[in-house]
Amino acid sequence: MRQALEGSQAIARAVSLCKPQVVSAYPITPQTHIVENLSRLVADGELECELVSVESEFSAASVALGAVAAGSRAYTASSSQGILLMAEVLFNIAGLRMPLVLTCANRAVSAPLSIWNDQQDSMAVRDAGWIQLYCADNQEAVDTTIQAFRIAEQCELPVMVCVDGFTLTHTLEVLEMPEPEQVDAFLPPFRFARRLDPDKPLSVGTLVSPEYFTETRHDHHQALRDATDIIVQAQQEWLTISGRDSGGLLRQSGPADARTAILTLGSIAGTLEEAMEAHGTGAPARLIVLRAFRPFPDQALRDACQGLERLIVLERALSPGAGGIVGSEVRAALSALDRPPRVFNFAVGLGGRDVPLEIYPRLLDAVDAGRGSDFDILDLDPSKLPAEDA
Amino acid sequence: MIEIRIHGRGGQGNVVAAYLLATAAFEAGRYGQAFPSFGAERRGAPVAAFVRIDAHPIRRRCQVRQPAFLIVQDEALLHVAGVLDGLPPGAGVLINSGREAEALTRVDGFDVVTLPATALASDILGRPVPNTALLAAFLALTGLLPQQALIAALAERFSGEILERNTRLIEQAAGRVPAGHWKDVRHAAGP
Repeated sequence: MRQALEGSQAIARAVSLCKPQVVSAYPITPQTHIVENLSRLVADGELECELVSVESEFSAASVALGAVAAGSRAYTASSSQGILLMAEVLFNIAGLRMPLVLTCANRAVSAPLSIWNDQQDSMAVRDAGWIQLYCADNQEAVDTTIQAFRIAEQCELPVMVCVDGFTLTHTLEVLEMPEPEQVDAFLPPFRFARRLDPDKPLSVGTLVSPEYFTETRHDHHQALRDATDIIVQAQQEWLTISGRDSGGLLRQSGPADARTAILTLGSIAGTLEEAMEAHGTGAPARLIVLRAFRPFPDQALRDACQGLERLIVLERALSPGAGGIVGSEVRAALSALDRPPRVFNFAVGLGGRDVPLEIYPRLLDAVDAGRGSDFDILDLDPSKLPAEDA
Repeated sequence: MIEIRIHGRGGQGNVVAAYLLATAAFEAGRYGQAFPSFGAERRGAPVAAFVRIDAHPIRRRCQVRQPAFLIVQDEALLHVAGVLDGLPPGAGVLINSGREAEALTRVDGFDVVTLPATALASDILGRPVPNTALLAAFLALTGLLPQQALIAALAERFSGEILERNTRLIEQAAGRVPAGHWKDVRHAAGP
């Protein structure tokens, strides 16, 4: 049904349609409204589920882990410092191959303290062994949340659905909420083969000696690589049921013969797309929106970048002392091409800095001026720097 | 696309006003988008929220920098830096004030309309919350959406006597401003 909903409310309803049996979370801006809405759905009797209030994000993730281990469908959500406080448990959830879904309402990481959006938090845990899917709008957030449970349970891997804090979570917009029957047809009840069962005793999380650790890591890596196909399948099946495309591993728009492309992930996509269309045919460029960051879609990216002369990677985080995170991975993946495009890499919109429509011409001007050939922060204001750094 | 910026103070229902306007657009068959300016809101602190209304899906997510219209929930905010930023000459500014537009300073060059929204809300709702009255006046001035769409948006949040009082407030507030005065102002900020 078509509705005008705040992003957080829509995400909470999407989670509810997936009928989690356990939800455990600790409030943190800008994730709070998601959990408040879920709490209301439980209180109103619309969602039958165990809502576990905890004293920290560490506990929230631990409760979700335990719930899945016992065979329940579980969900949690967090942001920023909360994601980092969960970090140890996040690695455990993934290493134990516990299929659960977490919404990361993306926010900058302290210090300096910022409650506003960038994607440093989810990028900081990119090596935890989770699937990471980034959403460009609230419709994608709804559809991806539903797909995430299916992907997680099919791969026996946790899925982090990354949604830009405030820019999506606090934006009310018109979207299509799926009908319960559609979700039921897509998402079978959770049957976890490895669930803890007193009749078939099993130890989880034991010490693994050097004799087996390497093979465990290999299998985890392989499971993530194999998840690529399952992400695509889930998206295609949901497309058949809902009529909506949420972008598979990545999606492209704009003129196919353009020699320049911009690659980004998350909610900047819509602003860029509109700006690029309005800019006319003067400087044709197309847009590549990365949805899956883990597993990293090397092959799909290489296919998308065939024939490009310039690829501009625009991201909302950085690795201080190195540069772009997404940019580095894109460069590595494209090095396998015979004629890889020249890759330019910029960070933008850190700590909630607004990304206006003018971003597009500014980006092209910056590249023409030779910026970003290694890494640059596009919207840096040099006048705010101390004299010795300017 | 019509872009609107709403200025108020924490506790005045600024974000709710933005959500109501975007929801009213949806109720009238349009696309609406609304979001706050994401401050660490405190009661009384200056806050802003943004609304976009269009016949097509709205993809841009940047802040509204050149609004066609400004709704100001507290006239003292006219003295706060940034409130009038980006407003094109002649733009419509609706201000919650008990004074005549001519008595207000700092708004030369704009088409200013005032409404004693706090007083109206105190009378009819029993609470000094100006947002519904201002939205009703805004819809009357622009003819952008029918008042019924605003009532439908309110009905998603309220029922019974509260909804009935709000409906009465909408009728009162709409009747206080010149209907259609801003109907020809159409400004879509492009890239």
